[in-house]
Amino acid sequence: MSETPDTETPDTAAPDTPATAAPSDVEATEEAVEHAPEEVEDVEEQPQVELDPNLVTVNIDGRDVPARKGDMIISAALLADTYVPHFCYHPRMSPVGMCRQCMVEVDGPRGPMMVVSCMTPVADGQVVRTDTDQVKRAQEGMLELLLANHPLDCPVCDKGGECPLQDQAFSHGPGESRYVEAKRHYEKPIPISDLVYLDRERCILCDRCTRFADEVAGDRLIHFISRGNDTQVMTFPDEPFVSYFSGNTVQICPVGALTAKPYRFKARPWDLDQRESTCTTCSVGCRTVIQSSRDELLRYQGVDSDPVNWGWLCDRGRFNFEAVNSEHRLASPMVKFEAGLTETTWNTALRASAAMITDALAAGGPESIGLLGGARGSNEDAFAWAQLADALGVTYRDAQLGDGLPAEVLGYERATIDEADGAATVVLLGPDLKEELPVLYLRLRDAAEKRRTRIIEFSTIESGMSPYAWRSIRYEPGAQPNAVAKALAESDIAEQLASGDVIVVAGRPNLAESAEATMAALQAVLDRVPSAKVLPALRRGNVVGALSLGLAPADADHDALATLSAAAEGRLELLVLLGADPLDDCPDADLARRAIAGARRILSIDTFASQSTQHADVVLAASAYGEKAGTTTNLEGRVTTLAQQVTATGTSRPDWMIAVELGLMVGESSFGSDHPLRGVSNVADVTELIAADVAAFADVTPAALAAEPNGVVIGPILDAPAPVVFSAPGRNSYDYRLVVSRKLYDRAVGTQMSRSLANLAPGSAVHVHPLDLDAIGVAEGSDVKVVSAKAATVLPIRADAAIPRGVVWAPFNQGEGTVEDVIDAGTATTDVRIERL
Amino acid sequence: MSTSPYPWAAGFHPGDRPQIVTSRFQYEDAHTIDRFEATGGYQGLRAALDKSPEAMAEEVKNSTLLGRGGAGFPAGVKWGFTPQGVWPRYLVVNGDESEPGTYKDRLLMECDPHQLIEGCLIACYAAGLSQCFLYIRGEMPLAHERVAAALDEAYAAGYVGKNILGTDFSVDIVLHTGAGAYVVGEETALIESLEGERGMPRLKPPYFPAAVGLYGQPTIVNNVETLANLPFIAKEGSAAYTAIGTPTSPGTRMIAVSGHVKRPGVYEIVNGSTTFRDLIHGDDFAQGIRDGNDLKAFVPGGGSAPWFTAEQLDIPFEGPQAGAAGSMLGSGAVMVMDSTTDIPRAALSLVRFYAHESCGKCVPCREGGTWLYRLVQRIVDGHGTDADLQTILDVGESICPGDMPHASSERLGLDAVPFPYKMTTICFVGPSAYVPIHSAMTLFPEEFAALVTPRAERRSIPVMAGVGE
Amino acid sequence: MIVAKEIIARYPRKKSALIPLVHLSQQQNGWVTEEAMRHVAELIDVTPAEVYGTASFYEMFRFEPTGTYLINICGTLSCQLLGAEELMHHAEQTLGIRAGSTTADGLITLQHAECQAACSEAPTLQVNYRHRYRVTHDDFDQLVDDLRAGRLDGDVPPHGTLGRNRQQIPADRFVGAPDPDDVTEGPAWIQVSPA
Repeated sequence: MSETPDTETPDTAAPDTPATAAPSDVEATEEAVEHAPEEVEDVEEQPQVELDPNLVTVNIDGRDVPARKGDMIISAALLADTYVPHFCYHPRMSPVGMCRQCMVEVDGPRGPMMVVSCMTPVADGQVVRTDTDQVKRAQEGMLELLLANHPLDCPVCDKGGECPLQDQAFSHGPGESRYVEAKRHYEKPIPISDLVYLDRERCILCDRCTRFADEVAGDRLIHFISRGNDTQVMTFPDEPFVSYFSGNTVQICPVGALTAKPYRFKARPWDLDQRESTCTTCSVGCRTVIQSSRDELLRYQGVDSDPVNWGWLCDRGRFNFEAVNSEHRLASPMVKFEAGLTETTWNTALRASAAMITDALAAGGPESIGLLGGARGSNEDAFAWAQLADALGVTYRDAQLGDGLPAEVLGYERATIDEADGAATVVLLGPDLKEELPVLYLRLRDAAEKRRTRIIEFSTIESGMSPYAWRSIRYEPGAQPNAVAKALAESDIAEQLASGDVIVVAGRPNLAESAEATMAALQAVLDRVPSAKVLPALRRGNVVGALSLGLAPADADHDALATLSAAAEGRLELLVLLGADPLDDCPDADLARRAIAGARRILSIDTFASQSTQHADVVLAASAYGEKAGTTTNLEGRVTTLAQQVTATGTSRPDWMIAVELGLMVGESSFGSDHPLRGVSNVADVTELIAADVAAFADVTPAALAAEPNGVVIGPILDAPAPVVFSAPGRNSYDYRLVVSRKLYDRAVGTQMSRSLANLAPGSAVHVHPLDLDAIGVAEGSDVKVVSAKAATVLPIRADAAIPRGVVWAPFNQGEGTVEDVIDAGTATTDVRIERL
Repeated sequence: MSTSPYPWAAGFHPGDRPQIVTSRFQYEDAHTIDRFEATGGYQGLRAALDKSPEAMAEEVKNSTLLGRGGAGFPAGVKWGFTPQGVWPRYLVVNGDESEPGTYKDRLLMECDPHQLIEGCLIACYAAGLSQCFLYIRGEMPLAHERVAAALDEAYAAGYVGKNILGTDFSVDIVLHTGAGAYVVGEETALIESLEGERGMPRLKPPYFPAAVGLYGQPTIVNNVETLANLPFIAKEGSAAYTAIGTPTSPGTRMIAVSGHVKRPGVYEIVNGSTTFRDLIHGDDFAQGIRDGNDLKAFVPGGGSAPWFTAEQLDIPFEGPQAGAAGSMLGSGAVMVMDSTTDIPRAALSLVRFYAHESCGKCVPCREGGTWLYRLVQRIVDGHGTDADLQTILDVGESICPGDMPHASSERLGLDAVPFPYKMTTICFVGPSAYVPIHSAMTLFPEEFAALVTPRAERRSIPVMAGVGE
Repeated sequence: MIVAKEIIARYPRKKSALIPLVHLSQQQNGWVTEEAMRHVAELIDVTPAEVYGTASFYEMFRFEPTGTYLINICGTLSCQLLGAEELMHHAEQTLGIRAGSTTADGLITLQHAECQAACSEAPTLQVNYRHRYRVTHDDFDQLVDDLRAGRLDGDVPPHGTLGRNRQQIPADRFVGAPDPDDVTEGPAWIQVSPA
């Protein structure tokens, strides 16, 4: 076979042509749904382009447009609003030039040449034409070929109406096909995972889903198989496309080949209403559009927000709209009567709530009231409740449940995601980002894979990030500060740290180990690199907003664990649970149970009946995500908007409104006559009030947010923590040191109430190294007794090479056997014996 | 059985001509190191090591050795495209010979593997290539066995590996066996395959192997026959090499002649001056058309090449001249069709080949190639219409926009359209599915007209069902 | 296993050993099983889907049980001109099977094939990729008889065996295959001129 005909001899290329262009950091709106119309895309980008020293000018269809060296012609054209039809090109993935649809003409030394614009870099003075007869002929021809094997099932295809192939067939296609031969036939949609169906007949083999799985997610479970005209996308037999990011492949599929189970046959694009919003499933704050039809949420799509999520979403965030629609939602408030919790009117429920507050104040003063939660709502919700707590004088308050880090971690100079992605070094102190903050994992994985950043990971067990870390250092629970201090002193790591910016990503790696350990480890990094910035890897959607707006405990004596202890000891007249479920979410299950039993009264504000609401005296039905507008703050301190897209369930109300009404109802002992919350009539008023009242939020006005869809980043708001001294006790050699951490899918209501996600939780088990399993002398999968100094529980045991010897790992909040029982929040570490039954 | 005087080199006929790469084919044991060393083997390597790498590279450049894989690009110039100061650099030997009609690399590997190894070593030395991968087509187990055995001998004798012949020149040659995919003969697909990937070509630019090749490193990809010339050039000097052939096409090259000729075979011919007439009709070559028939058409440069007829017989083996006449020399394969040939059926076998061998990456090739195959199959089966003939041309236009090269035909009053064609695909597999049917329809329209029935209307169907709003 | 490790060590990156290792597994089983692909995936740190993705691109890899002898009859132009279609027709008659299938005794799989690089010796076929030249119908019948009688056992190893020998690189002569990322300097024999 010959190498290539003379058409492509090497003399036409400069040998120094870069292999791949750096990802364009121009605003990429491709496939990710475009920003709402009133938002002007170019506002922040335009000046940036002009300042770039690598600026070139390209002439596209007679118009000079700016472009950046290394960019491909297609991205320059799209940015200049010149549409070039395409299927395989995606701005967030490397170009492959497969579909050949984006051909344009470029003037060359031998006259105009047809090139694929997705793989041809711009050059200064380049003359590009996208509208000549030859280009049109090529585009029509290509579409006719693409359609040759494409089925005519648009009327029953989910993609119909928003299908790039359909749209371009009409706009750039030939109008008819002469392909009368038999089309390719495959088994019609086959499930390739629990969430995604694949219809290979519709597939045009653009390599987007497979490239996504490879380049972006790193889950290489779908692949082209076979060759030529028989090429198809497939999984390996019996190895489904199990990826936390699989929904993105559906979103970027340019045809209806990939469809998502939760959306199949639910709606037509023209029936959908949509608004841009922010996902609050975790604290990354991915930008989304939320779509509904007939007042029901039907789909979330990722928006390409350059500083945050690049268009990607995790599957949990993408598909948990099902929970909002759940029939199990609380539709109206409830008050506990003789017969138990009974639905009632808001008037009755609010009066009962106000009475509980008044009674508690009278019986024990503000010190007898505890307020837990608030990190799952909006900034406005958190602010209003913090204001109410302030007015009442409540000091026991915490937006976390003893499962994060002390709120003071927000007092360090904070890094943005972009700063971490691009820093010379990222020091990762836990948790497993893939499980807890999935899209942050994608960003950092990309930074590591593309060699922008080196990651030094400290972890107790192998994490999702371990394969991409420059150094992945294991430590035994309790030894993190020492491990960090020792490692950072090693010469190659010290050299690396000195080579450029350092960002520390710090969250809670282990719920069976005191948070102090990580705070001390963080201190150890900052001692060595004082200029390092911190990206807090706290988990709940608006935890940074809630802690910043007044729901942080004043000190460790009033945090969640102290609050629960006070309740357990009978010192709380009233425990207010603001979307908090200590029975499921507090690592120390025993403490939570005693607290719920020990609190004299419980007021629960929630969207679902949870473990904890069963014990409440009054339950106030709260509006859920998508049912209320407002703002939220992500882990960077980036404040973005939340949209109301559907009517709230039943008579449920937003948390902020409940706080205001309660404050008004309690009267003078709460909101005084001049309290500013007395004057608010809608959520925008609260947003304005925050801007006026909280210095760090001064720039976060509704007007500013409307102008900048990527949000406004606030600075540190709390004082940095005082240095901590942490030392872990030794352990005897019979014991295993316990690691408990979260998986993406667990017993959280948002997951359990989403039909498509509910079964994805892995279930309870303890995992040990295979050699430890041998040492224990039990068979894989059999039940063992796990005994700590505090309690014992029975769980199945599994062998897992990702677990170091001497350590046992269990996923958190998986129901059934409860590893949470053996955790004592009061101790530095948890050691367990594993006994055969 | 073969008519070759040397049964171990099936099809090879020496003739009374200079032999550069086939000089040892006369020996049945030419593949052993003993015979190789006894007949001047590894003298080229020693001569190269006596020179500086730069001087050796210069020698190759001066020889104007043209690549024998198909593109005919000067090897020495190609080596020079590696960017300064980027290490490591690799040599990848393209032994994935599978162009229809072509076979010479297989014989070179089976009969004289040490010559190839010596060529690899000279290239690595001259161009600073620190590892060599010798990629052999999977369907050639004998070549695999011979090269593996020769490499074992060469390692043991100190010609390959650490500190070759006591110098600081060290290079490994790793034998890598393919697994059946024609497209892998394209150099960037070859690199993908060597990386353990599907052999799908990369776009050039930016993926010119010399700059961004194996593992993203500068990589020289050379054809087996190209490298087999290096021992001669190193040992005898570039002047001895350029003394053979013409200034623009020096040396010899191996050409396989097959099809309806009296003595099909593989011939090492003098480059640039030997004509197609010599090759097809010469007594020293294929000895004319079988059974006293007339020549109807021939494929001059492997299955990818546009066809010639008797009118082009006097064109010599010289790239620009073949190009001006509407075709290319390609990989050195002439396939001859006599007057009895059913032209549409012959074309079908080539269209099917390229449709089958599409890697599936580029839409025009993946979809267009198969479409062409089905159209031609239907026509050959007698179910075609004249509209189908137009569809073939339109599908071809989507693969190769603009004028398609073809030979002149006095009979039809056609002037030649020079090579090359334009293409909408990354590599030429797609266009190659169109080339044979285009040539056949252009040069023998009457044979297609006889097969199809006229049809008043074009058959068509809507491209896509509308979805009402 | 040792062979697999040796093969992997010859490449700067493990995935390059994918095709050689799948060949090795095909040699062991006569075809490529799912289990074998999982094993290869483990050896070179990729997913089974990646192994399948690459392997299924290449025609020599077969993913279903295959005859001890795979007969490929070339049908590309030079062979087509000299009777390949008739030869295939004859082969189907003789074996009683259609191209693409295997005889009931599991001995012979018949396939249509593309150019086998022996064009002057048309029509050609390969049995387990060993060439047979200028094959007449009688030659074909003789070949089948010989295969059935075991007379070609010495010449034609069972399907999956590529070459009967394998390259051996002596450890003391092996230069090594470092990952290109770990190489910063030019080779020893090249005088690197200062940039």
